[in-house]
Amino acid sequence: MAVVTVFGATAALAQQPLRWGSDGQGGAPYVFQDPMDPTRLVGFEVELAGLLARRLGLASQPVQGPWDRLLELLARGDFDVALNGLELADEKKRVALFSRPYFAAAEVLTVRRGDGTAPRALEALAGRRVGTLPGSLAERIAQRAGADVRTYEGGQDEIYDDLKLGRTDAVLLDEPVARYYGELDDTLETVRGDFGVVQYGLAVRLGDTARLEALNRALDALIADGTLRRLYERWGLWTPATAALLGDDDLSPREPALEFERWKAAVGKLPSFRERLVSRYPTYLPLFVKGAGLTLLVSVLSMALAMALGVLLAIGRRYGATIVRAGCVAYIEFFRGTPLLIQLTMIYLGLPELGLKLEPLTAGVLALGLNYAAAEAENYRAGLESVPEGQREAAEVLGLSRLQALRFVIAPQAVRIAIPPMTNDFIALLKDSSLVSVVTLTELTKTYTTLANSTRDHLGLGLVVALCYLAIGLPFARLARRVEARFARHLGREVA
Amino acid sequence: MTLKVSGLVRRHAGNPEPTLKGLSFDLPQGTLTALLGRSGAGKSTLLRCVMGLESFEAGTVEIDGVVVQGTAEVSAARRAEQLHAARARLGLVFQSFELFPHLTALENCTLAPVRVKGLSQPSARERATALLCQLGLEARLEAYPAQLSGGQRQRVAIARALAMEPRVLLYDEPTSALDPSMKHEVLQALQRVDATGVTQVVVTHDLALARAVEHVCVLDHGVVIEAGKPAEVLEAPVHEATRALLKDWR
Repeated sequence: MAVVTVFGATAALAQQPLRWGSDGQGGAPYVFQDPMDPTRLVGFEVELAGLLARRLGLASQPVQGPWDRLLELLARGDFDVALNGLELADEKKRVALFSRPYFAAAEVLTVRRGDGTAPRALEALAGRRVGTLPGSLAERIAQRAGADVRTYEGGQDEIYDDLKLGRTDAVLLDEPVARYYGELDDTLETVRGDFGVVQYGLAVRLGDTARLEALNRALDALIADGTLRRLYERWGLWTPATAALLGDDDLSPREPALEFERWKAAVGKLPSFRERLVSRYPTYLPLFVKGAGLTLLVSVLSMALAMALGVLLAIGRRYGATIVRAGCVAYIEFFRGTPLLIQLTMIYLGLPELGLKLEPLTAGVLALGLNYAAAEAENYRAGLESVPEGQREAAEVLGLSRLQALRFVIAPQAVRIAIPPMTNDFIALLKDSSLVSVVTLTELTKTYTTLANSTRDHLGLGLVVALCYLAIGLPFARLARRVEARFARHLGREVA
Repeated sequence: MTLKVSGLVRRHAGNPEPTLKGLSFDLPQGTLTALLGRSGAGKSTLLRCVMGLESFEAGTVEIDGVVVQGTAEVSAARRAEQLHAARARLGLVFQSFELFPHLTALENCTLAPVRVKGLSQPSARERATALLCQLGLEARLEAYPAQLSGGQRQRVAIARALAMEPRVLLYDEPTSALDPSMKHEVLQALQRVDATGVTQVVVTHDLALARAVEHVCVLDHGVVIEAGKPAEVLEAPVHEATRALLKDWR
């Protein structure tokens, strides 16, 4: 029996692809969209995942997730391996099992070229404004050195832009980031020194030791036969730190850094907006359509849930017994008074602790729907209360039941009052739906942020994504105005 | 007797004096009666108690043999049953019409017959159309309330109540919201309904209307102080309060 189980488990493992989690928004050279063809995911870690998967005899399947939540999503089971520049740090080892290091990056300082007052050594960071990524080793180093640390949730471009604009005095980051973003700009220069070295490892769930051993063996093999070195050389990442990590003392390059050159050619200088409009954006269209489709799907499903639940809450609050009213008020105050992000996190990452594991789409729709139901309930209550008491009495004396009075007399009049705030809420929901990107869904906003980071085109793509949101929202606003006008016509009133 | 009220007591919270103090009267089948009295005499409260929109503590209301008892005298469940049965025999026309603004005149008159009495849509429409035509609204069947004049609205409200075939039809100041020219339309409507044998009770401050009915009752401080034919009560009032009321009106 035991033999059968083990065999069955192995067979199941063999058929599953290697699902590995990363954040495309993290950018080059790790995991990012090919600027020349954004439908393709590229990066040295994409290739590494592919190589590891092949060694294990599996297909490689990337899963998108926000970088600072990768280990939580891993624990939840959204993927089996987290592989995205994850630092080997003790506090992370408490929540996941880490492999041997596969890459070592020196921390490097980037400053404005020709800035005589710029800090150039660790000791000089004290009291200076230093930009970096949150939760990174660089952040801890800068803090320990007494720097005034600024962290950025957005993309790398933003960190270096602030340096150029003089909002910070220096940027301390892992060398690959400095090379792919900071060094592209002639007005910035890199200072290499003894700032520290970060090692990256890939993570599996606690207890998943069989997978970890298999991955470690595969890594060892890729190092032993030189595959990993060639990979790093092609990406321009064969650095002294990595060479030391892999036990290879030969620093002279054997392969041209083709991928790094390709990146520089693609993003070094943006084509004119006109050119991008004609030649680039049309190729991005499928991605935006896909993102917009998901945004629309999430929004429409959430709104439907919010409306259905909102009607029940509004009726419960207005006509229910004391206990029902109290329950409805408690629900409304809770969901209206706490951040949507926390509600979504509780549903997606918290409920599995109670044994309820929801799909990302279900969790996203549920969180948005439950949250907006509170707002809808208040809209409908305002609508119900706007109908004069005499209308209810007139229905009552004609013998209509309470439910009939609500359905045929009160509700049709309440709807007209509720339509404008409902339209508002739907537009707001459309925008709030971008929050589902924290549960691995790549909707419109996430499509934009990852694309903008991998093509360094923030303004042009920002306009494109804004147009996408308007294209979805405006027809609904128009429809709502027409419906409202129809109701108003019957009531003999004008709608502006 | 179609409508018999006995010993009705109604107190309002925070008011030491009851609004209705053991009020009694009865009206024979098919009469058109005006209920008179100064403001606060208890006329509207009486109508709302009869209609079940307000509850009364003691006494009984009997409509066409159906008895509704006070809240102090019978269980809430039993009282709800009594009210349900009584309402099927009663109609009420509101001072402010309370037509359903999202429905046409015709739809206002078919909603309850279809939903409450279970009439088919075509037969409800046929009956409602006949009623609206009787009240001179044949040209406004498909109009929404907002498109009607005050007098037309009040006639639709009367037709809506009649569509439920009440034995007793109550009116709460049906002409007070109307111009003098439109008051005449409503009076005509009352007289047409009177011809059909429905018992009608009209709360009014309108002397012309009071003169045109068959029977008047004067209320004061929650009791009936005087009743009789309009010619007797209005021309030779016995009670001091009635004289004061008539003096105010003239």
